Amino acid sequence: MIRSNPLHQFLRRLAASVAVLAASAALPVLAATAADPASCAACHGANGMGNAAAGYPRLAGLPKAYIEAQLKAFADGQRNNALMSAMAKPLNPADISHLAAYYSGLHLGEAPLAKAPPAEQAALGDALVHQGDWSKGIPACIRCHGPGLEGVGTAFPPLLGQPAAYIEAQIKAWKEGTRRGDPQALMQTVALRMTDAQTQAAAAWLAAQPVPGPKAAAPVKKAP
Amino acid sequence: MTVLITRATSRLHRHGRLALLQAALLAAAGTATAAAQTPAVPVAPPPSQINAAVGTGSKFQPPPESAIPNNDFGKMVRLGRDIMVDTPKYAKAYVGNSLSCVNCHTDGGRMAGSAPMWAAYVSYPAYRAKNKKVNTFEERLQGCFMYSENGKAPPLGSEPLVALESYAYWLSTGLPVDEKTPGRGYPALAKAAQAPDYVRGQKVYAQSCAICHGADGQGQYVEGKTVFPPLWGDKSFNWGAGMGSIKSAAEFIHANMPYGQSYSLTPQQAWDVAYFMDAQERPQDPRWTGTVAGTRAKYHDSKFSLYGTKVNGKLLGDTGAPKAR
Repeated sequence: MIRSNPLHQFLRRLAASVAVLAASAALPVLAATAADPASCAACHGANGMGNAAAGYPRLAGLPKAYIEAQLKAFADGQRNNALMSAMAKPLNPADISHLAAYYSGLHLGEAPLAKAPPAEQAALGDALVHQGDWSKGIPACIRCHGPGLEGVGTAFPPLLGQPAAYIEAQIKAWKEGTRRGDPQALMQTVALRMTDAQTQAAAAWLAAQPVPGPKAAAPVKKAP
Repeated sequence: MTVLITRATSRLHRHGRLALLQAALLAAAGTATAAAQTPAVPVAPPPSQINAAVGTGSKFQPPPESAIPNNDFGKMVRLGRDIMVDTPKYAKAYVGNSLSCVNCHTDGGRMAGSAPMWAAYVSYPAYRAKNKKVNTFEERLQGCFMYSENGKAPPLGSEPLVALESYAYWLSTGLPVDEKTPGRGYPALAKAAQAPDYVRGQKVYAQSCAICHGADGQGQYVEGKTVFPPLWGDKSFNWGAGMGSIKSAAEFIHANMPYGQSYSLTPQQAWDVAYFMDAQERPQDPRWTGTVAGTRAKYHDSKFSLYGTKVNGKLLGDTGAPKAR
């Protein structure tokens, strides 16, 4: 899988940088390099933990099928993002499966990405995450993403360890219709009902939580 | 069905038109080929209602949780709220499956049209055909544990019942005693135009329910905690539960499911999928009389119960005496 030979690593990183530069043109000759996790590392970090400052999402520990679905969504336009669409389009199904397996197998960190937001905003975020706001038709995040927000099955991703800017951008993308492909538009329905203040509060609260370790992130399908 | 257009749905509709326009422009530019290769994706969520209250005419707002008093009574109210939300954890001794009250009482029993606890509280004591006597509120709560939770009744005056009663009482602050309180139970649903059907229901289930409850209806768990409740089988409600009535299930589903998309299914879809769910095997009715036919005759003699009938060649309820707990 990932070889540790330093020369290989160097060559791969070099190829990856070229691929990123060329991504908007999506040159077929460079297409194969997009299937290498090193291509993703430029934005998503060497360990797949993302880049909080830039708002690039964590990939580490996301369910394999979820990552696959997102790459396909970028390729077919259900998720509209110039850079990611260019990266995803050249990938064949085997590439997608390989990348998804690699990132789903990475371990998660423990430290929160961000400091706790001001008390009032934290309280609003906490309430949305745990109770929702049913007067506006907004269910609690934990109802679908799990009691510890560790994700449920393959369709409901973990919410912790994602930059606040990324979460905010996703809610906005659902509202604007530039992100689709969520099952039955369940999340889009919720996003359309969220105010900017609610979106910011939920995102800020989520980003300020410690990220669960690999054990807590493993969903259990059946009852004990 | 009366279609209630709220500000939210018209926004969704506008959004849908905008997305259609975008799609048309993309297609015209010849860039929609990738999208054409994939299964049709809805351009907007299905029209749904912001809140189940719109189907009930309810105007009552229970007090916010932040208003729970910080005293001994408030502690009991909070315990009641906790039991509602995580019943297997907070009322463990009386629960025999993986369901929590909140699975059928959305928003912890606060939401109109989702059997809110405040409307129930002001409706008891009441005569119930189910056990042919006047039931106190506590006795009504016992029924939830025996049937929906497939467990056993907490004794009258025991902490779980006192906590749930305290919570329901507190939620109903300001509400007059009235068994016809708007928002009570689940909103009445238009009769099915066609008789509810297993095959059509199965299709609705696959399209609208399986993503959460699983293709096998067994729900989804994280670390042993139920996230999406099992809808049939050993970990679900038993044959004596209210949700085993196709009518109650159809009303609940129409007003509350898919989660967050209230009233998005047609009444016919709700009836069909309720039939499909209630045509599956589940734990025995604790009122078991010794035979399936006898139990049906005594407790399930209704067109809304499939207990004791044959579905796909299998006699439902033919699983022997209830398991001892």
